[in-house]
Amino acid sequence: MSGAPDPILIVVIGVLAASGVYLLLERSLSRIAIGVIIMGNAVNLFILVVGGPPGEAPIVGETNPADMSDPLPQAMVLTAIVITLALTAFLLAMAYRSWQINEHDEVQDDLEDRRIARLAAISAGTASDGTDPITTLDEEAAETRDETEFFVEEHWLAGDEDDL
Amino acid sequence: MTWLVPLPALLPLAGAGLAVALSRRPRVQRLISVAVLFTVLVVSVALLVIADSRPLVVNVGGWAAPVGISLVADRLSALMLVISSAVTLCVLLYSLAQGLNDGDRETPVAIYHPTYLILVAGVSNAFLTGDLFNLYVGFEVLLVASYVLITMGGTAPRIRAGTIYVVVALLSSFIFLIAVGLVYSAVGTLNLAQLAQRLPEIDPGLRLVIQSLLLVAFAIKAAIFPLSAWLPDSYPTAPAPVTAVFAGLLTKVGIYAILRTQTLLFDDGRVDLVLMWAALATMLVGILGAVAQSDIKRLLSFTLVSHIGYMLFGIALSSRAGLSGAIFYVVHHITVQTSLFLVVGLIERRGGTTSLNRLGGLARLAPVLAVLFLIPAFSLSGIPPLSGFMGKVGLLQAGIADGSPLAYVLVVAGLVTSLLTLYVVVKAWNKAFWQPPLEEPRDIRMPRGMVGSAAALVALGLTITALAGPIYALTDRAAGDLLGQSRYINAVFPDGERGDGESIDTLEDP
Repeated sequence: MSGAPDPILIVVIGVLAASGVYLLLERSLSRIAIGVIIMGNAVNLFILVVGGPPGEAPIVGETNPADMSDPLPQAMVLTAIVITLALTAFLLAMAYRSWQINEHDEVQDDLEDRRIARLAAISAGTASDGTDPITTLDEEAAETRDETEFFVEEHWLAGDEDDL
Repeated sequence: MTWLVPLPALLPLAGAGLAVALSRRPRVQRLISVAVLFTVLVVSVALLVIADSRPLVVNVGGWAAPVGISLVADRLSALMLVISSAVTLCVLLYSLAQGLNDGDRETPVAIYHPTYLILVAGVSNAFLTGDLFNLYVGFEVLLVASYVLITMGGTAPRIRAGTIYVVVALLSSFIFLIAVGLVYSAVGTLNLAQLAQRLPEIDPGLRLVIQSLLLVAFAIKAAIFPLSAWLPDSYPTAPAPVTAVFAGLLTKVGIYAILRTQTLLFDDGRVDLVLMWAALATMLVGILGAVAQSDIKRLLSFTLVSHIGYMLFGIALSSRAGLSGAIFYVVHHITVQTSLFLVVGLIERRGGTTSLNRLGGLARLAPVLAVLFLIPAFSLSGIPPLSGFMGKVGLLQAGIADGSPLAYVLVVAGLVTSLLTLYVVVKAWNKAFWQPPLEEPRDIRMPRGMVGSAAALVALGLTITALAGPIYALTDRAAGDLLGQSRYINAVFPDGERGDGESIDTLEDP
């Protein structure tokens, strides 16, 4: 095991991981799915790079053992790729279902959490009671939305939902 | 008898395949699921009996460890297998009775049975494996099955809950995978026994990084504060049997992974202080969250988070008594938490809701439910002589024996948490069973199979109470194994170098 890994690959891993994490933090499920794909690639590349220097195909009898690359990280990456693929498919299916139900694919807030926090605020006298919690929640949700909602709405308003 | 070892993971996988193939014949499918899980239970008990004298090791495919993957059934693994297979069998019977009674709406047989069996296979694999990457695979198998189960039916609340669950679980999987890559690049092996030999030799800073990454990954799965917020958001919306098995088992797989890695791979105790604080925060934050809830499923989810703190406390003590107490607590908590969720499923069925503000008067309508809820609820809060009391006494004794100021703080916190748990469950019981009902509940006959399987699980909890002496003796021996390490390592490498099976040193060191 000699030779440091290629610095370019390390930079690539860093960029991929950073973009993956950024996308994972989004509220829209399709962006999260892209984040998962990118993050999965970053992790797989990471395992390949740290798993030893590149070499010839590790087949006993064909290659001199000293020139072989380590087959184990490759096996692990293959497994990880398959798992990421399956999970991406599941995430996309969930995003589509969420879009079917809610007309958007955003991760939603837990209403029960909000309700209990509001109860606590009311009993502490810090919230003006009498407000309908549901309307307020909708207002809050509207503020936290990002542009994907407007995109969907425009399409709905234009009446071309069949194209989506 | 080593051929028994892979069966707890293999049988459910084969059963799942059969169940998919026979999805048009629900009756055969049901029969297969029950037969498979019952066999797994028998095999697990046999494994526990054998593993109590010597650990059983299988080198998968005949490839010798550390080249191949080894499956290890030692006392801890076998005990976890026994309790998990008993619980999964009860939950399966419960969901069968529910399905027979309601039709396929809640638990569509064609999807539910194969997925459930795969979940069991993943859990068994995670308990049995002696290889870090295989542990990752076991986690993924059980997680993927759990994604399907938690979004079963695809209704709006389940998709909302499932999104949070899936995204958080994906994140923890990535962290786990990065840790696996780091481990491999640092020491060139993933076999747990060989890692135990090699990890102490590497740079302490790098070892701490690896340890922290693994801990964060497992802590998300075990729902340890501050990584616990996903759990009460996502569990309560799933069907009752699914919530029950998730709450009972899945977090404990994370606890098992922490227990295994902390004792076998990182026995220098450098993060014990952090774990202590995490245990303290988990107990208190969890139970305070439960106090505020008015939905009984969410309330129980918060107590689940809170009681993870007890097990973490035992692990953080890293003494023989502490580990023994933690293992006993895991056994107790799996049974009790699952039975509570099953009974809540029955309450929801009888009262039509899980909101404590709308439930009421069930003591008169369903006195059996009142008893079935009260026994595990008291056990959870540690009323003597139930198993929760035994578990807490063991942990608190271990804490006092430790003698450090922080351990005393945790002992006090443990007592406070158990008092608050009592407050919470009694409040829930009073509201559901005693307060005058808002509207007279519909008249519904409770399916005997559902009540019966919930009662069986409550009875299992009582059996753990009755057998607390022998079980404590067993967990004490298991804790001794964990601290000794050599029993595990010698079992995997009988000659000190390699496991049984095929492997050649083709690469001569230059």
